[in-house]
Amino acid sequence: MEITMKPSIKRMKTVESVFDPSLKKVPKIDLQGVKVWYDDFMAIKGIDMTIKQNSITAFIGPSGCGKSTFLRLINRMNDYVDGFKMEGKIKIDGDNIYKKKVNVEELRKKIGMVFQKPNPFPKSIFDNVAYGLKIQGIKDKQFIKERVVSSLKQVALWDEVKDDLKKSGMALSGGQQQRLCIARTLAVEPSIILMDEPTSSLDPISTAKIEDLIFQLKEKYTIVIVTHNMQQASRISDYTAFFYLGELIEYDKTKTIFTNPEKKQTENYITGRFG
Amino acid sequence: MFKFWGIFCTLIGVVLLVIFIGNIIIDGISRINWDFIIDLPSRKPENSGIYTALMGSIWILLLTTVIAFPVGVAAGIYLEEYSKKNKLSGLLEINISNLAGVPSIIYGLLGLEVFVRIMGLGPSVLAGSLTLSLLILPIVIVATREAIKAVPSSIKDASYALGASKWQTIWHQILPASGGGILTGVILALSRAVGETAPLIVVGALAYVPFAPQGPLDEFSVLPIQIFNWISRPQAGFIENAAAAIIILLGITFIMNGVAVYFRNKWQKKWK
Repeated sequence: MEITMKPSIKRMKTVESVFDPSLKKVPKIDLQGVKVWYDDFMAIKGIDMTIKQNSITAFIGPSGCGKSTFLRLINRMNDYVDGFKMEGKIKIDGDNIYKKKVNVEELRKKIGMVFQKPNPFPKSIFDNVAYGLKIQGIKDKQFIKERVVSSLKQVALWDEVKDDLKKSGMALSGGQQQRLCIARTLAVEPSIILMDEPTSSLDPISTAKIEDLIFQLKEKYTIVIVTHNMQQASRISDYTAFFYLGELIEYDKTKTIFTNPEKKQTENYITGRFG
Repeated sequence: MFKFWGIFCTLIGVVLLVIFIGNIIIDGISRINWDFIIDLPSRKPENSGIYTALMGSIWILLLTTVIAFPVGVAAGIYLEEYSKKNKLSGLLEINISNLAGVPSIIYGLLGLEVFVRIMGLGPSVLAGSLTLSLLILPIVIVATREAIKAVPSSIKDASYALGASKWQTIWHQILPASGGGILTGVILALSRAVGETAPLIVVGALAYVPFAPQGPLDEFSVLPIQIFNWISRPQAGFIENAAAAIIILLGITFIMNGVAVYFRNKWQKKWK
């Protein structure tokens, strides 16, 4: 395993040094003319946006501005909501994911999601991480075990839980639970990870750990994170999008948004004058 | 003042139950022995046993479980997870609740017409089980739905987000998490079915069967009917037999309810 891995990593690096990933023709996520209704209420009022790969994009804005709805469009988690209706296109690597033929289950294997409240399954730690693989029909126990261990190591949870993998995932602390949920997502090897306020129910130390983790994950994944925490957005994200009342007000490099925003509304929100 | 009134009201039920059970035990306990359980019914009270009725009740219990459990749980899963919220599903829901309130004798008449006559099953164990299955289906469906509703939606979200299909989510997450609740509901419903008399009399369960049923199409009797039969005899010996049979019937239902309470407690702990 080790021997074959090393050359491939080297090759990856040479490819990346020649082609800057940000210059690739196909952007990771391309949203065009997106409108969303819940029954008669219009939650998203027409948004165009391109989310770049191998970067962290933060969605900010006051409660009810549509940022969570917008995030959940990307892995079609709104499909089950009663009265949900949508218009527009969302393309991932050029393919519209709202086409009729799209297999939603396959799509969600490529797009992981981490939720606001840690939500481990009422199963053992091991089974929590292995679940995504088992539902794909993978039976190779050795493979599953390796993937579980590597996923837990990636989220820096391995050393804390390696002796009691059979313990219930719900017996862990809040921060550990959230890292378990991230490990569970990583085990399926997605290319995009969506995070819906992943640290809002955690203490500062757990939050710092998760932020470090998100920062490291950027190398391999495209990450979109919804956050209420302005400092968090400025600390970890490369791009920031400010939403207000179902509209995308401003979307730019995080540095620009936080130091020199174009719109007055953005400035007011960031400086805490409203929202 | 209200406090004492409240205590009094609470005690009425308990005291009556204790008096009733005490009375029954005094009358019947001396009659309970192994022979009473394995003897066939007889014209002489001291030779009579509950074997055929007990076996009939066990047959009814097993067949009713086999029929009502999968049908009720499947219907509950469908209503909770698949059906869209529209007028039709609203109508279905109201009618299922209504069915739970229909007197059991009506179910008996339905069973007599549909299972015994139209389907030609005769007054058999199968016809009785089908009738009782109909009777407890609404309870099983409602219990299943309540148990599924209690599973936090965050668990479903997590499963879907990992690429699980609807069925995988139901099978691997929702059913294991709600299993205790579903089981509790099913056991309580079955313990009601064990005590039912009226619909089985209408379907044609007999007061006197010389043999225990050997298959689902055999004639049968059940404990409540045996009790009813003995109670209506003039001899004192049969009254004693009835009391003894009541003790056994109550024992069965208490054990079933106890098991249900055990599962419920175990299941509630899981979410704390």
